[in-house]
Amino acid sequence: MRLLTHNMLSCNIKGVTNGFPLGLEIVKHEVKEVEFNSDFIRNMFVKIEWKALVDAAKSMGYEELPEEVDSSMLESDEFLKRFHHALLELHLEEGALVCPETGRKFPVVKGIPNMLLNEDEV
Amino acid sequence: MPSRIAQIRLVSGHPEVYEPCDDSFALVDALLADRKNLLEHQPVFCMEVGCGSGYVITSLAIMLKKEDNAASVSYFATDINPHAVRVTSETLKAHTVHAEVLCDNIASSGLETRLWGKVDVMVVNPPYVPTPEDEVGREGIASAWAGGENGRTVIDKILPVADKLLSKKGWLYMVTLAANNPSQICLFMKEKGYASRIIVRRSTEEESLHVIKFWRDPDLQVGEISTIGSL
Repeated sequence: MRLLTHNMLSCNIKGVTNGFPLGLEIVKHEVKEVEFNSDFIRNMFVKIEWKALVDAAKSMGYEELPEEVDSSMLESDEFLKRFHHALLELHLEEGALVCPETGRKFPVVKGIPNMLLNEDEV
Repeated sequence: MPSRIAQIRLVSGHPEVYEPCDDSFALVDALLADRKNLLEHQPVFCMEVGCGSGYVITSLAIMLKKEDNAASVSYFATDINPHAVRVTSETLKAHTVHAEVLCDNIASSGLETRLWGKVDVMVVNPPYVPTPEDEVGREGIASAWAGGENGRTVIDKILPVADKLLSKKGWLYMVTLAANNPSQICLFMKEKGYASRIIVRRSTEEESLHVIKFWRDPDLQVGEISTIGSL
């Protein structure tokens, strides 16, 4: 599971108002190389919650992303490459995603998160 | 010339996962027929709801692949069946393409909040077979086909969510059966501002399938909020 996906997931349990971002419980993470495409990464910028990405990357030991960003940084290839690495190349393989409000854990097995809710959570 | 779609011999399987069948082939044929438009559309996020064996999302990823292999599209594949997401993941790997795979229920989806208005292409081969209502939502392979009354129970849950997730330029490709009353589905989507077109029609001995493409038409008046489904 890429951090892109982590950035697009939230806890959808009935009654939860603050289900984003999900915490990361990391048992195993991996780095998988992806061809760099600056246009694609630039397109991604407006779709991403930056702080959630920075924190998720940090929890995997990657601290090269700036805390504060603005769109002028999209001119810098170096910035785009770091963004690319955090967004697409860092993968959670085994562990869990944790609801920030309830602490409910969504397991991640072989890189696949299980977001299914129980009947009493819908 | 390399294949433009997934190869059946490389599609993984499991007894509880729906194998690629006429409906899957019809959907992939529809995407192939529309491939030129899809390439020009330049989608950023593509999503398949109910990915099953992974045959369709893998085919889509192959047909939109750039020659230099650079990431230009991000794919999400979801299924309610935990066996299916594993099989999809294996099928993608066997073809060396990537999609983010999630076990998720579209009616209470973890993607609904953050992916809202971001999906440029959605493909769905829903459980469309008319069945008794109590067969809907069962675990395992039944979730791939059991569609409840007129085969519409799950379709009617997916449509409003698709409307939320699709971007302003979003397209939806969906397989339907004649028994699902596709013209009524198109009318419902028209009220939400979508034009529609049948891309592929296919009749087998057992069923008559349509693959319908929906897109937002700015000239359509968005109607009153319809009461379809429970969402």
